[in-house]
Amino acid sequence: MIRLFANANYDFIKWRRQAFSLTGAIMLVGLIFLVTRGVNYSIEFTGGTLVQFELAHKVPTGNIRAALDHVGLSGADIYNFGSDTSYVVRARLAGQATGEAGTQAVADAVAQALDQSAGPGQYQIAQRQTVGPKVGRELQGKALMAILFSFVVTLVYLAFRFEWRFGLAAVVATAHDIVATIAFISVMHLEVSLVVVGAVLTVVGYSLNDTIIIFDRVRENLRKYRRQNLYEILNLSINETLPRSVLTHGTTIATTLALLILAGEVIRPFAWVMTFGIFTGTFSSIYIAAPVLLWIEKRWPGEDARGARTFGSRAPAAAAVSGPPATPSSAPSPRAPQPAR
Amino acid sequence: MGKIRQRLYIIGALIVISIISLVPRNTKQRMIEAGTGRMKDTTVRRLPINLGLDLQGGIHLALEVDQSKGPVPDCADAIQRAERVVRTRIDEFGTTEPVVQIQGRCRLIVELAGEKDPARAKGVIQRTAFLEFRITDMKSLFKDALPQVDGVLRKAGIKSRTTAAPSAVAQLFGDTSKTKAERDSAADANSPGVLSSLLFQGQMAGEFLVPEEQWPLVDSLINRPDVRAAMPRGIELRWGAQSESRGARAYRALYAVESRPIITGEELIKAVARRDQSTNQSIVAFQLSRRGARIFSQETARHIGDFMAIILDGRVQGQPPVIRGQIGANGQIELGTKPLQEASDLALVLRAGALPAPLMIVDERTISGTLGADSIHDGVLAGVVGVVLVVVIMVGYYRLSGALAVAALTLYCLFTLAGLAAFGFTLTLPGLAGFVLSIGIAVDANVLIFERIREELVHGKSLRLAVDDGFLHAMNAIVDSNVSTILTALILYAVGTGPVQGFAITLIIGIIASMVSAIFVVKTLFLIWLNRRPDMVTLSI
Repeated sequence: MIRLFANANYDFIKWRRQAFSLTGAIMLVGLIFLVTRGVNYSIEFTGGTLVQFELAHKVPTGNIRAALDHVGLSGADIYNFGSDTSYVVRARLAGQATGEAGTQAVADAVAQALDQSAGPGQYQIAQRQTVGPKVGRELQGKALMAILFSFVVTLVYLAFRFEWRFGLAAVVATAHDIVATIAFISVMHLEVSLVVVGAVLTVVGYSLNDTIIIFDRVRENLRKYRRQNLYEILNLSINETLPRSVLTHGTTIATTLALLILAGEVIRPFAWVMTFGIFTGTFSSIYIAAPVLLWIEKRWPGEDARGARTFGSRAPAAAAVSGPPATPSSAPSPRAPQPAR
Repeated sequence: MGKIRQRLYIIGALIVISIISLVPRNTKQRMIEAGTGRMKDTTVRRLPINLGLDLQGGIHLALEVDQSKGPVPDCADAIQRAERVVRTRIDEFGTTEPVVQIQGRCRLIVELAGEKDPARAKGVIQRTAFLEFRITDMKSLFKDALPQVDGVLRKAGIKSRTTAAPSAVAQLFGDTSKTKAERDSAADANSPGVLSSLLFQGQMAGEFLVPEEQWPLVDSLINRPDVRAAMPRGIELRWGAQSESRGARAYRALYAVESRPIITGEELIKAVARRDQSTNQSIVAFQLSRRGARIFSQETARHIGDFMAIILDGRVQGQPPVIRGQIGANGQIELGTKPLQEASDLALVLRAGALPAPLMIVDERTISGTLGADSIHDGVLAGVVGVVLVVVIMVGYYRLSGALAVAALTLYCLFTLAGLAAFGFTLTLPGLAGFVLSIGIAVDANVLIFERIREELVHGKSLRLAVDDGFLHAMNAIVDSNVSTILTALILYAVGTGPVQGFAITLIIGIIASMVSAIFVVKTLFLIWLNRRPDMVTLSI
């Protein structure tokens, strides 16, 4: 049997500062691009121009689409309207003004594309008009609100199943993925369509899943190995789940790469976001969720803090475990910092 | 062995249910008739999975503000508000991924992917849904004014064309004193008045019945400007929504109601359809806003004992109920024997709000898919390659166990598609890509389980125990990760709109299907395998 990373023992957490710097740099670059270039919203959000035309003879739709891509109207909606030779195109030119000037520019571009694909004089443009966005304004706000709400619910659920510290760390890691993915989208200047929004939501779910798998192992190992500190247990858990991570991310990457390379223009932005999302989701489970958990335990130590404050050294944890039973009146609550330390 | 048989029965039942929900069935589709070029509904037999606008096309409707009943000053503004309402209404249809967008200034485009019932969709789009409550003419002001109205009509030279003797028909309505009064007043005018001879007093003040065949005539009479001018101040006439039969004949109710509504649908915040168990009526129960409830309770307190007409788009719904006491925030509209579907549609349009102006369809066409065959071909190819890669990785790494997981994966696909069909989900090319991606993710549960079994084997446990413990120990992680994802999806569904909700539903269906196939089905396959080969010493994992 093939076993990848079966007895891995890497010190992942050691590299957390470098990892923070790396992801911070990516986000910073993304933010700069976001501010300077803005978000490249798709026609679904911005609206564009509708051009209806009649062809003198039938031309394969694929040829027309290729010609439209060629003149810069990529990702246009194009469909037969009533008959085989009657077409409607809905498109927008990136960075073009809206209104009459934009409409004229798109109509000119369509005419140019038709010159190439159908031949000059072989078509007649029946109408051109602006079209409004397909997506209501409220969608953007509502999607954002939905994500924030889902964070709260995740926090509560994880607080119930694990402990609030785990929930907070998982939510921080997931929030990191959203910001990192948005940074990636703006660096790549991907067109933000509904499908891309869907991809970002998928990344959220995927990353949360991955974080919880590792946390589940942490929870188990905290019970199993009473004498090890949190730093060691985090590393151990990440190493133990490494074969699973490699396999699952492997199969997922295989499908997204197939989509990225083979599925064509329509799916490509979705595939890009997913491919990046798998990387960032994996990264954040190891380098955001785990260190943040460590940091939270250091800041607000819980029952299982186990030397998170002085990780690396095992002595304080041992002392806490073997400490003499305190009388109820003077006993500090288990969550409060132990004076013995 | 009995346990395995039970499990197999359950799996078999799930497979049968899934296949049944995927059997091709008859659906209505709107297409161009070959000869005439006109639109018409035809019935086609096909898979019950709807393909989106991008894959199979659909119908294209162009709507404009209907100005025939009076000019609308600012059509651009009206269309913008109509867009919001129509979008909300269509989104409530669920996951049909429609296109709703403004074209030019005053035109609204609605595109529906092979909508299952185009007529119904059109009804929902065009319906104005202006709801108001008005008190009926309790003081019989209209009836008192009838002689004058008749006089106006006589002056205009309109002669009575009724054939039936009014008194004979009037007797059908029982022995209320008002009916008698009506008969007397009709007799007083010695020659029957044009309008009064067509109206028969109903059971309550302000209610009149018109024989169904006289309805168009009466409608034209009461809409004459001179008749309108002769109407008593503060009173208007509204038709009932349905014809009703009294005895052997069908009648249409005409109500004299106060011009001032006591409340309108603007104050409505919730509306749900249900069926009343005791009377078997379809009912739309509604809830008013705090402000609306305050006004409503004040008004109803003043009108105890009066009748209140519920008027939707100018038609009185059902018989006006009597106000028995003060009514607060909650009320209901009774739709009689109409099907529940109609009540649901009404609740839907009431929830989404009223259109600012009536819309009319100015153009209707079929459209082809927005993606060419080439794009679809590429998408399908990518999907197939992706799935093959997953199969290769799983079988290559986990051998026979991996093959079992792949077998379960085919069931995953079956269950997911069945779930999508059951929810009337519309499949688009991006949706297909999401489905392919979900196959890559769906093996995660099996990967977790197999890795656990390997760990248990390394710890020196026997095969049987390692398999049992592997499943058991992996369960925590699988349950926690999937439950939190489902919770996230539920929130997205509850808070989000149209496309976000569609995404949430697919996600939930996919997770449940993968839980069933990866845990239950694979465990069953393992049990069978271990039972067949009790002497096995090494597991192919």
